Amino acid sequence: MNEIFEILEDNARTTPEQIATMVDMPASKVQSIIKKAEEDKTILKYKTIVNWAKLGKEEVLALIEVKVMPQRDVGFDAIAERICQFPEVYSAYLVSGTYDLAILAKGNNMHEIANFVTEKLAPLEKVQSTNTRFLLKRYKEDGEVVEPTGANKRLPLSL
Amino acid sequence: MDNFISQKVNSISPSGIRKFFDLLSSLEGVISLGVGEPDFVTPWHIREAATSSLEKGYTMYTSNYGMLELRQELAKYLEHHYGVSYQPEREILVTVGVSEGLDLAVRAILNPGDEVIIPNPWYVSYPPCVILAGGTPVFVPTSKQNNFVLKVEDIEPLINKQTKAILISYPSNPTGAVMSREELAEIAKLAQKYNLLVISDEIYARLVYGVEHTCFASLPGVKEQTILLGGFSKAFAMTGWRIGYIAANEQLIEAMLKIHQYTMLCAPTMSQMAGIEALRSGEDDVAKMVKEYDRRRRFIVKRLNEIGLPCFEPKGAFYAFPSIEATGMSSEEFAERLLMEERVAVVPGSAFGQCGEGFVRCCYATSLANIEEALNRTERFVKGASSSL
Repeated sequence: MNEIFEILEDNARTTPEQIATMVDMPASKVQSIIKKAEEDKTILKYKTIVNWAKLGKEEVLALIEVKVMPQRDVGFDAIAERICQFPEVYSAYLVSGTYDLAILAKGNNMHEIANFVTEKLAPLEKVQSTNTRFLLKRYKEDGEVVEPTGANKRLPLSL
Repeated sequence: MDNFISQKVNSISPSGIRKFFDLLSSLEGVISLGVGEPDFVTPWHIREAATSSLEKGYTMYTSNYGMLELRQELAKYLEHHYGVSYQPEREILVTVGVSEGLDLAVRAILNPGDEVIIPNPWYVSYPPCVILAGGTPVFVPTSKQNNFVLKVEDIEPLINKQTKAILISYPSNPTGAVMSREELAEIAKLAQKYNLLVISDEIYARLVYGVEHTCFASLPGVKEQTILLGGFSKAFAMTGWRIGYIAANEQLIEAMLKIHQYTMLCAPTMSQMAGIEALRSGEDDVAKMVKEYDRRRRFIVKRLNEIGLPCFEPKGAFYAFPSIEATGMSSEEFAERLLMEERVAVVPGSAFGQCGEGFVRCCYATSLANIEEALNRTERFVKGASSSL
């Protein structure tokens, strides 16, 4: 069954009929597995990876290292969930090491990110410190190399 | 100029698809199902091992046999996957791909006039290699009715005093057919009965789907008369590295080594280093690629059958071999028109022998999106062709 999700994770536009052929299962069964996965949030959502640089869109990403104070009973979850509410937060992870939360924030310009950190994130009661690193260039996104070098050099015909 | 060229070479016809290749290269927007190699690039860790070997200065000749370390890994690999054991010191020879391995094998065993039995359709280099080695190829027909599997009753009548060897290759290029252990055991019995060598080209051994590959040498009693050819190209996506191996009895290896040491010296050192890495840490990559091929295989076979090009289920390699008889065209005409009218390249079955006529070889080592689009175009072509019949 995992194979269905592997196929979708690689290409969300693969149709249930195509998947059915690939995994040798009736299409109706594939459809119902996908439907159930959508309902129970096994599939969180379908999205497209866009190379915005190609469209000339200015976009700023920052990796923010956040030290927080864990709370009794809820640990880091309560504060993490709180931080996740901000639309500027693109991804958020609890990490091991010298800080606790790794947050990827997205904004239209540096000012927006700076504003988010100084006005919203840093002042939160349980946040002890933040360290913001602006991302300079994207090389790989969700397993895809952004500007692949080296085209397919296969001969068009070989025996 | 012709009188400068040897009669033997003159007697060999150039690859039947050269013209087709030139035509294909001149066109744009072609989706090619005409390739014979993986679409995957060699896994990064294998490439990295090779570049690092260059940095460390591994740039000299190796033993004529190939690096002992690689042969030891090969011995382990063959034992692990197929349960056959070979002495790394004297029974394994590292070659420049299976292509060289095949050439060494036939040159080492054939006397003028010796015959080699080859299933038809065949991989394109078999007959020329046998002829260049002074032998005579003898063809045994296989057919779609038998899923292109070799039958003892078809081989036996062809055996005579001149017969030296049977050259088999399963999983097969071009048909994708595999032979079961039981079916191969029959061939093994035949080889024993007539004391024939069996050259078993197992380059596609790792690319099997839902079935197990049987290494011919693992069958009871025939290891000593088997020349096992294998390589890295297909399983590890390493076609350009030109590296393969031969495993056989010590005297046979010794004979092949003689030719190898005078003509090739050794396989490229960098490629041997890459081979060691592939054998040590490449299994996950093989599994991933096989899984991906299998998905594409199911898809292409289903679509071919849907669009009126009946296709038996190929259980190995990365080829589908559908019948195009219903279109009324020869395989060459079909391939040429499909290319010109719909910009899809397939290889006419006739390139692989008379028994390939009526079929085309479609390689599914390309993205699913490409396969889908190619099959949509082919469907349009087949419909158009049948309505104009």
